[in-house]
Amino acid sequence: MATETRINTETVLEVEDLRTYFRTRWGTVKAVDGISFDLRKGETLGIVGESGCGKSVTMLSLMRLIPTPPGRIVSGKIILDGDDLVQLSENELGKIRGSKIALIIQDPMTSLNPVFTIGDQVEEAIKIHQDIPKRSVMEHALQVLRKVNIPAAESRMKDYPHQMSGGMRQRVVGAIGISCQPKVLIADEPTTSLDVTIQAQYLKLLKDLQKDSDMSLIFITHDFGIVAKMCDRVAVMYAGRIVEHGSVRDIFNNPSHPYTAALLASVPKMDVDVDRLFSIEGQPPPLHNLPVGCSFADRCPVVMDKCREAYPNRSTVSDGHTAACWKLE
Amino acid sequence: MTTTESSRSRSEVGQVLLEAKNLKKYFPVTKGLLISKVTGHIKAVDDISFQLRAGETLGVVGESGCGKSTTAKMMLMLETPTEGSILFEGQDVHHSSAAVRKSYRSSVQAVFQDPWSSLNPRMRVKDIIAEPMVINWNISHAEQQERVMKLLNDVGLNEYHSNLFPHEFSGGQRQRLAIARALALNPRVIVLDEPVSALDVSIRAQIMNLLKDLQAEYNVAYMLIAHDLATVRYMCDWVAVMYLGEIVELSPVHEMYTNPSHPYTKALMSAALPSHPDMEQEEIILQGEVPSPLNPPSGCYFHPRCPAAMDRCAVDKPGRTELAPGHSLTCHLF
Repeated sequence: MATETRINTETVLEVEDLRTYFRTRWGTVKAVDGISFDLRKGETLGIVGESGCGKSVTMLSLMRLIPTPPGRIVSGKIILDGDDLVQLSENELGKIRGSKIALIIQDPMTSLNPVFTIGDQVEEAIKIHQDIPKRSVMEHALQVLRKVNIPAAESRMKDYPHQMSGGMRQRVVGAIGISCQPKVLIADEPTTSLDVTIQAQYLKLLKDLQKDSDMSLIFITHDFGIVAKMCDRVAVMYAGRIVEHGSVRDIFNNPSHPYTAALLASVPKMDVDVDRLFSIEGQPPPLHNLPVGCSFADRCPVVMDKCREAYPNRSTVSDGHTAACWKLE
Repeated sequence: MTTTESSRSRSEVGQVLLEAKNLKKYFPVTKGLLISKVTGHIKAVDDISFQLRAGETLGVVGESGCGKSTTAKMMLMLETPTEGSILFEGQDVHHSSAAVRKSYRSSVQAVFQDPWSSLNPRMRVKDIIAEPMVINWNISHAEQQERVMKLLNDVGLNEYHSNLFPHEFSGGQRQRLAIARALALNPRVIVLDEPVSALDVSIRAQIMNLLKDLQAEYNVAYMLIAHDLATVRYMCDWVAVMYLGEIVELSPVHEMYTNPSHPYTKALMSAALPSHPDMEQEEIILQGEVPSPLNPPSGCYFHPRCPAAMDRCAVDKPGRTELAPGHSLTCHLF
């Protein structure tokens, strides 16, 4: 269940009109095309969408990890703690990545190095970002591993990733993520490879860690269940743009973009019998060849002529809740 | 459609079609290379029984390593049970003639999780879908192709797709192809192993609705292996919850979701993600992980993680209790 929105309004991260394009032989792929959002202290933001909607490119852009070429941040600002990440040099970024903004990626099998021990990998981030003696690096690493509830952390430090289960490995990745007390932690589908009961453990752990340190979380996911459980605010993405943005209750109680509404209606529910799911026909458009006008027009159940002519502006539905749809203008 | 197939009388919905009786599958664990010794057994599936009725869907849920895939493999005759039997229309399939086994194999088909690896990338769609007919039915090429076109239409694809290769399709379309292939022989049962979990959210609903429509049209029974409880609620008539190779609770779907009774089922339900931020859920976070099936705990396999464990749970293995007609479970609380 979503936590109550805190009164804290201090903004930690601000993204303004971010555009990340990729040059391919089929043309320019506008993977992220003008998205803006902000993240407050201690808040959890969910970025939801299907594969190819640009959510992972958003994550990579925030970390400035876009492979260049072919990709490039064409325009926009990513302001973290007063610095515009888009303008920073690789050297300056090295100081920020891991210490102010950290990342947990989906597959703990590939994000941990198989030839180094767990201890080495947790210590690495601490060594890079904190100028402390070797002895305290080890102690610090041990502390972080205990924080993520790894049983017998002391002996586990000497283990290699293959000696641990998937859930434990993902905890280690989480430990590396929080080891330098980042202001923003981005979790890209952190639980998709885990079992349900292990997923519940992990989500609870993330919530507890967040409460302890007042860190802000960005959850990249395709699963509205995770959004409902974890997030305070949500941005729904489709074909590289944010189509709807609002608090988690606004999105669930009053989905205002037809895509959000359709997506919510197409998910089976645990607590009620559903006779027939709504299904969105067709597939998302190819990103290198987006239609003129609204990208959802071809699949939209309430499409109008106008939708095929120009992309709609963001309209305000209620305070803090916006959607980009002609129906609302 | 062949004459033999169309004229075969279809059993009515609700009649028991396939029955697993005390099914066990133990994998030996060996030590040593040349003179290998069996040092233990992994009890992947340990004494499970269930029934699959014609035209209905049985969901099998559980975490990884609970034996649901081994069960599916035994149903598909890809694994031989260590003990126990699978009865198809009353006939024990693992102990019968080659002809019976062959006809069983064509009556029980499968759709797998990953449509990227379950279709041969070098074959054209028409050959992929026709292959089961080439092997099992003695019909002309023209008849085969006619049926391929009908199947493509039935799964929501077009006739021009028949000349394409799998890589030219999206994930959802590939899963449609896999379904068309599974339907080619007019099977009685299709084993669906996580058929939608590799697909995008908006495509999942399309495939689930398609499967439901085809079930009504072809009167086929599904055995659905899944981990997502919401999907199971939508698709299934019966649900079996597995833990460490055993069915801990088996019940009609509505009963299971309104009155989950086994502590493990309750924990699974509470661990499932909510469908709304205001949804009330009991918070049961299970500690630890699923124990190794090589060395399962004594007594009830679930007792080390069970929030309601009693002293006797560590010693006695609970028997099967019937709570309501069709709703049974293994727990000392009942």
